[in-house]
Amino acid sequence: MSGDSAASASGGPGTRPGRPVGRAAAGARFRRLFEGGLLQGGVQGSPVLRLFLRWVRRPLLPVMRLWRRNIQLRVVATTLLMSLGVVLLLGFVVIGQVRNGLLDAKVKASQSQATGGFAVAKQKADEAASGTGAGGGAGTGDGAATADGRQSQNVIQWMSDLVESLSSGGAGAFDVVTLPVGDDSGGGRSPRGSGNVNPTSSVPVDLRERVNSGTTAVQSNTRIVYFGGKESQPGLVIGKQVNDPNGRPYELYYLFPLTQEEKSLSLVKGTLATAGLFVVVLLGAIAWLVVRQVVTPVRMAAGIAERLSAGRLQERMKVTGEDDIARLGEAFNKMAQNLQVKIQQMEDLSRMQRRFVSDVSHELRTPLTTVRMAADVIHEAREDFDPVTARSAELLADQLDRFESLLADLLEISRFDAGAAALEAEPIDLREVVRRVVSGAEPLAERKGTHIRVIGDQQPVVAEADARRVERVLRNLVVNAVEHGEGKDVVVRLASAGGAVAVAVRDYGVGLKPGEATRVFSRFWRADPARARTTGGTGLGLSIALEDARLHGGWLQAWGEPGGGSQFRLTLPRTADEPLRGSPIPLEPKDSRRNRGLDAAGLPRGAEEKRATVPVQQPGAQAPTLPPRAPIAPRLSATAPAADPAALPGNGNGARVVPRPTGGARRPGDGPAGRPAPDARQGRPDAAAPEDTTEPGEAFRGR
Amino acid sequence: MMSFMKGRVLVVDDDTALAEMLGIVLRGEGFEPSFVADGDKALAAFRETKPDLVLLDLMLPGRDGIEVCRLIRAESGVPIVMLTAKSDTVDVVVGLESGADDYIVKPFKPKELVARIRARLRRSEEPAPEQLTIGDLVIDVAGHSVKRDGQSIALTPLEFDLLVALARKPWQVFTREVLLEQVWGYRHAADTRLVNVHVQRLRSKVEKDPERPEIVVTVRGVGYKAGPS
Repeated sequence: MSGDSAASASGGPGTRPGRPVGRAAAGARFRRLFEGGLLQGGVQGSPVLRLFLRWVRRPLLPVMRLWRRNIQLRVVATTLLMSLGVVLLLGFVVIGQVRNGLLDAKVKASQSQATGGFAVAKQKADEAASGTGAGGGAGTGDGAATADGRQSQNVIQWMSDLVESLSSGGAGAFDVVTLPVGDDSGGGRSPRGSGNVNPTSSVPVDLRERVNSGTTAVQSNTRIVYFGGKESQPGLVIGKQVNDPNGRPYELYYLFPLTQEEKSLSLVKGTLATAGLFVVVLLGAIAWLVVRQVVTPVRMAAGIAERLSAGRLQERMKVTGEDDIARLGEAFNKMAQNLQVKIQQMEDLSRMQRRFVSDVSHELRTPLTTVRMAADVIHEAREDFDPVTARSAELLADQLDRFESLLADLLEISRFDAGAAALEAEPIDLREVVRRVVSGAEPLAERKGTHIRVIGDQQPVVAEADARRVERVLRNLVVNAVEHGEGKDVVVRLASAGGAVAVAVRDYGVGLKPGEATRVFSRFWRADPARARTTGGTGLGLSIALEDARLHGGWLQAWGEPGGGSQFRLTLPRTADEPLRGSPIPLEPKDSRRNRGLDAAGLPRGAEEKRATVPVQQPGAQAPTLPPRAPIAPRLSATAPAADPAALPGNGNGARVVPRPTGGARRPGDGPAGRPAPDARQGRPDAAAPEDTTEPGEAFRGR
Repeated sequence: MMSFMKGRVLVVDDDTALAEMLGIVLRGEGFEPSFVADGDKALAAFRETKPDLVLLDLMLPGRDGIEVCRLIRAESGVPIVMLTAKSDTVDVVVGLESGADDYIVKPFKPKELVARIRARLRRSEEPAPEQLTIGDLVIDVAGHSVKRDGQSIALTPLEFDLLVALARKPWQVFTREVLLEQVWGYRHAADTRLVNVHVQRLRSKVEKDPERPEIVVTVRGVGYKAGPS
């Protein structure tokens, strides 16, 4: 069922042996499916974008991994970032406060200074205008009244004097600048300033506009520019429109350098920055230390837990103090202690169980040996007895055989249960084993009128396995098939592909009812309790076989349909330590009723594709002409021992199979050449559906 | 020496019923059984009866079967067949390593037991004057002796048979199955551990350096062959 279903997926790569592209594409699809799950944030979208993102992410992966794995790094980094933020915020606030404090005082002092200056300028202008000016003021006053040129000359002088006298009070604490209003620079009213100040460039333009638009004093920050190479410095400028003695307005500015304040501020800034840096670094270090205190015990616990789980049960944590970490340690140690005790108990129990089994074995076997020998002696001599006693002797001997095999099987099962079964694997050729098994089953087959055929034994089918166990499994399967085959053919098929080898035993007998395919492996399960037991199996055979398969890391699975026979498939990994990913033989045979029905209906079928396309291991192996007495298998001649690398185990969504080339002969000419391989998804619906409905029988997965 | 008195079998078993039954079967097959039920008395009985073969139960009161086996092997090469209820790897290997030639797992059929006993005794029925060399060993088949530089090496009959089987065809690689058939007389595939253990025992006696064998060489994946002579 699932085997067939998955087969169509593999049909893709298989169809076109000459075109590895198809296989690569299928492989990529699988890989994407895998990785989509593995890498979180697997990007959906255009392949280019995905490639780009992957390319970007690749160098970051180690860092991301370290970030994900190292809690200490994470905590320290977070602490650093957050404390950096806090320090920055604090710094800005503090600097803002300090600046305001420093400047406020300066601005107030400057404002009163400037106001005083403006008043003086106004007063001087008034004095000069009214001619009551002291000193040279009288002279100029007359001139101003008579001639205009003379008057302006006076104003120039007056202004220079004004600037001189106003700035003389400051002595470096401030400078004074006068500027004409607007473009009115004629008449000697050119800009002038005290103390080498460059008047025009020291006063911002927008301030001048504001000064000209009103008569109140306005202020602004600026940089005071000097003539003569002296460095400019930050300053406060306060300006007002004032009238000169002639009543014409001019702009008078007071410039207060803020050098001192700026120095204080930068000192505060520097101090704060240094302190902040120290705080951040120290906080980081503290965080590192603190986290270390917590992380170290956690890491120790993790390490010890790992060692515990690796089986070193005596490992304990060191507990010091009474803090939370110590409690963790104590709890951990308690847990470890309990675990150790429990495991010890289990081990003791297991040992006792094994010991018990061994003892029972001995205690039972010794008397059984005596009985067995006695029965044989009696059996040998039965011809001398009367018929009733003779028959009794026969029954005794027969039932002793059965008792013996039952005891042996019971002991074997209990050995598995106790975990005492050991695998002695070595490379064996399964064909040899099959040959031995078939020849051993021949007498029974002859009695039943069954013909056992072996397919796929032209090439060695080698796997690392325990020959004794594999033989036991196969003997069981073949004998079962013959027994339940109702005299029809039994087909043993061998195949190997990828990392797996498989032997499937097909019969055309009563088959299995739905749901029975899993139950056949239950202990003492019988298909039909009313059915006569002809060979008297113990009812443990398939359970032991399943355990044997598991011990190999292999699968033993059953398929069957009522009235259509059954197929049991043993799949083993080629090497003992290799996990199984698929089976070379589909679990549901191609001649199952469902597959045939699909064929008859002309429906596209996975198996159909596969048969045409899948690499055939042995060209010569196929088409064995059927003996005429096998009418039940009309399609068998068409089926080849095809290696189906994608034949999945029971549940199709379990293992995903990456098809591998079988290394054997592919047959490029087989099947419709150039037909596009059916996409995996296309083949899915019809193939996968019965899996869910579990219609003719179901697979059982060994592990 | 033993070949004169064929068919004397010492049964060492504490289970009286089984011992008696063994006696019935052995007598029926023309053997001459004697019995001892205690491990401590087994060695004395062995010295007294000088059997051609010992049937030895592994679980005995007093000394256990392994110990008895070791003691008997220390003074004689007489064939020892273990009766064991345990077919588990360890028990069988321990028994074989302590010197048993073969083992048979309970419950067994009388015919099976008799076949094993006959296979063990068969060897002494076919003397053949023959001299073989293998490596620096000289084997006198009829005289049942192996010598290196004139010094004789004591081998049990089974080990001797094993060595002779290999030495007769030094060019041939023997699979374990073939050796089982030729030396032990098994028709069908049996426990190959028999071969492994006895090759080890043989090597410990005839090799100069058992770690690097030169007389009995392992052919990986196939079996054993006689070393270059």
